[in-house]
Amino acid sequence: MISIDHYLLLSLALFAVGVVGVLTRRNVIIMLMSIELILNAVNINLVAFSRLYGSVDGQVFAIFVITDAAAEAAVGLGIILAFFRNRKTLLADEMDLLKW
Amino acid sequence: MVLANMLFYFFALLAVGSALLMVTRRNIVHAAVFLVTTLLATAGVFLQLQAEFLFVTQILLYAGGIMVLFIFVIMLVNLDVEMLLVQFNRQWSVAGALAFALAVQVFFALWAGRDTLHLPAPPSQLALKNTETVADALFSHFLMAFEIASILLLVAMIGAVVMGKRRVE
Repeated sequence: MISIDHYLLLSLALFAVGVVGVLTRRNVIIMLMSIELILNAVNINLVAFSRLYGSVDGQVFAIFVITDAAAEAAVGLGIILAFFRNRKTLLADEMDLLKW
Repeated sequence: MVLANMLFYFFALLAVGSALLMVTRRNIVHAAVFLVTTLLATAGVFLQLQAEFLFVTQILLYAGGIMVLFIFVIMLVNLDVEMLLVQFNRQWSVAGALAFALAVQVFFALWAGRDTLHLPAPPSQLALKNTETVADALFSHFLMAFEIASILLLVAMIGAVVMGKRRVE
């Protein structure tokens, strides 16, 4: 039987890939997708611990995380659309209106 | 048991491999497709952990709904010029150091708790009635959080409509 640290290591790998994606990509949409990847890694952790303790609470938390991910994607993509309409770019380092 | 192990390794490799491909692809549409693959593989891991309701939710909401939203916006804003530009900024050292620090922390935590992490035998009751148990917890113990989540979704929906609206001249 697989012990839970396999799941935690899988979650760690996905989380680390997501962090590297957020910090190194220039495209805003791919940064948002990396954030979805990070939330997904957290979900794996929650479900694995729910399985470990035989309680369903972790799965309920995972459902809330998915809800948040949906809200975040909707608002984030709306912001990206509005930004793209104004500046005609998707690169994060060109979003410097507030930079002095 | 061997089959379960092989299934886990299959889904884990699929998830990590397509996550790596997602972060490194130049074309946004390819990255979105690899993200869908990662999400589906994660759904497989959920099924293997006996979270059937979450398995279906993941496929319907994540791989279905959220990714359709992403593809929709990609189609609206896709620029062929941007694909020719440099895709990465110069923060590789920061990102690598942060990911390494995360890895060290998690490894330390796993090593500290190595005796407590063995999965118990699958509880038959939980496995048989997963959806029912989740619904019970969601609508009794977590009812307040459930209502707050619905208000959050309403606010996000209004916000997305306002953001996406074209300004009338």
